Amino acid sequence: MRGQNPEKNQELLKQVQLKLGKFVSLVEENHGMVVAHTQPDKLLSAMKELKENPLFNFDVLIDLTSVDYLGKRDVRFEMVYMLLSSKTLSRIRIKAPVAENEEVPSLIDIWKGANWPEREVFDLMGIRFSKHPLMERLIMPDGYIGHPLRKDFPVKGRGEDYLIESILRPVKKEAGAQESL
Amino acid sequence: MSEHGKQMPELDPELKKFNEYTVMREALNNVETLPDGILRMNLGPSHPATHGILQNIIDIDGEIIIKARPVIGYVHRTFEKLGETYTYNQFLTCTDRMNYISPPMNNIAWVLAVEEMLNIQAPPRAQVIRTIINELSRIADHIICNGILGVDLGAYTGFLYVYHYRELVYNILEKLVGARLTTTFTRVGGLEMDIYPDFVKDVKHFLKTYPKIFKDFKDLLIHNRIFIDRSRGVGAISAENALAWGYTGPNLRAAGVPMDLRKDAPYLVYDKLDFEIPVGTDGSVYDRFLVRIEEMEQSLRIIQQCIDNIPEGPFAIEDYHVTMPPKPEVYGSMEQLIYHFKLVMEGVIMPAGEYYSAAETANGELGFYIVSDGTGKPYRVHVRRPCFWYYQSFPELVEGGLISDSVAVMSSLNVIAGELDG
Repeated sequence: MRGQNPEKNQELLKQVQLKLGKFVSLVEENHGMVVAHTQPDKLLSAMKELKENPLFNFDVLIDLTSVDYLGKRDVRFEMVYMLLSSKTLSRIRIKAPVAENEEVPSLIDIWKGANWPEREVFDLMGIRFSKHPLMERLIMPDGYIGHPLRKDFPVKGRGEDYLIESILRPVKKEAGAQESL
Repeated sequence: MSEHGKQMPELDPELKKFNEYTVMREALNNVETLPDGILRMNLGPSHPATHGILQNIIDIDGEIIIKARPVIGYVHRTFEKLGETYTYNQFLTCTDRMNYISPPMNNIAWVLAVEEMLNIQAPPRAQVIRTIINELSRIADHIICNGILGVDLGAYTGFLYVYHYRELVYNILEKLVGARLTTTFTRVGGLEMDIYPDFVKDVKHFLKTYPKIFKDFKDLLIHNRIFIDRSRGVGAISAENALAWGYTGPNLRAAGVPMDLRKDAPYLVYDKLDFEIPVGTDGSVYDRFLVRIEEMEQSLRIIQQCIDNIPEGPFAIEDYHVTMPPKPEVYGSMEQLIYHFKLVMEGVIMPAGEYYSAAETANGELGFYIVSDGTGKPYRVHVRRPCFWYYQSFPELVEGGLISDSVAVMSSLNVIAGELDG
């Protein structure tokens, strides 16, 4: 990202490799930002270390999102976290591949700001977060079926009739078959 | 009031497993189980005090809010999904509709993100014009936020004083791009067209006339006893707490954290300009108001430094893989026609990779996370919408306070429904 010092990034990269070696598999610099790859089961420990270790001090979760790599990668989804240190202003991106129906630990105990973004990811992408206090739809209407940001969800949507029927009437067989979407 | 909670149609058990996610339905159906004296009611979604389609289901004991549950999504348009079908220049129209109080700032933030992907920079003339428009729209945004805050607390006059000057900004935009709200200002690689001849004169007229009435506006509110009593210490948030919630922008600065991307990661010509970052102390409604007031002053300073120094030269780069070739050449030469055709049909081709870029808009850090697969359309666009991150702390700010204070808190946070829902 713009404004990130390459020398500071290199230093951060080395420190992450040194201190977080057991949690992260690969650390690289990608377009001016340090990127660390980890796994969902090691995510919490890595994040705790990044926040609490005075060496890193990443006290702000600046962004949280997910990408659907349907047909492009073996593991379908990827969670993307972006952290910012309010002291040193350096940034880091943490990525974790997530398989379908796999749960990701919620970061709500570390940063309470992760609450809505995680619900948004669940709502629009269908990735569930374990230990989230309210894993419910946030943006789409209650009773909506499907997760719009998935690559197999049609851009034009499924039409209003489908939506109203799903709320008011029992779901028909063919609609139920699409539950996984 | 609780009568509104009319029972929704009974759900089929078969369907219930699809409908596990029913915050609103649960809240509305369980009205009978509330303790005596507690009332559950709707604030919004369509209410003059919410400035947009925002719903809050609140439990009240007399005038005290016991619990607040924000329900959002009423203006959700799935821009992130649409972005996957649009070219990079077409997505500009989506950014118009996010923070619709200051659309040019969103446009500029998006264009800067795309230019960073391409590793190009717009010519100096475009950079300075973008800076001027950026700051003009910051003023327009803060006029709305602070003016409406006054209206919500019973001070209508100040709002009407300054609103006329917001109109001047909109007139400039209208002359510049032909639209007042959906500006779609600037393109990847520069501006769509050059500024109109009287642009400098119009901006100078604004700079000359606005400070006088702005002073009146400040005098009406800053030392107004009623306004201070209603806003000082109300909806306060500590710096640590604000950071944990992911606050950015004026709301974070009001809590005392001097973070501003214009200084921290300078873009456009901000690194060459002389301006300061105002900070508050306790992050209350009054501090947020003061920070926005001071930011307007600083924006005026920035425009003053820029307006006489618009460099001559091209307003867009002349790389026809990125910007449109001039029309006369398109009609006259085969090569330019092909460039034109390619740009319209395929868009600007981006290098593959993952990029994050952010700019300081009126509400805070507007970030774009773009995954490109090397075509003219993004594989995935994610927008970090500042409103979305700080509005989730709304219950914490209003619980235990008065209903009328919650209106002030919402105004001072400057929650824009279009940006919130994305």
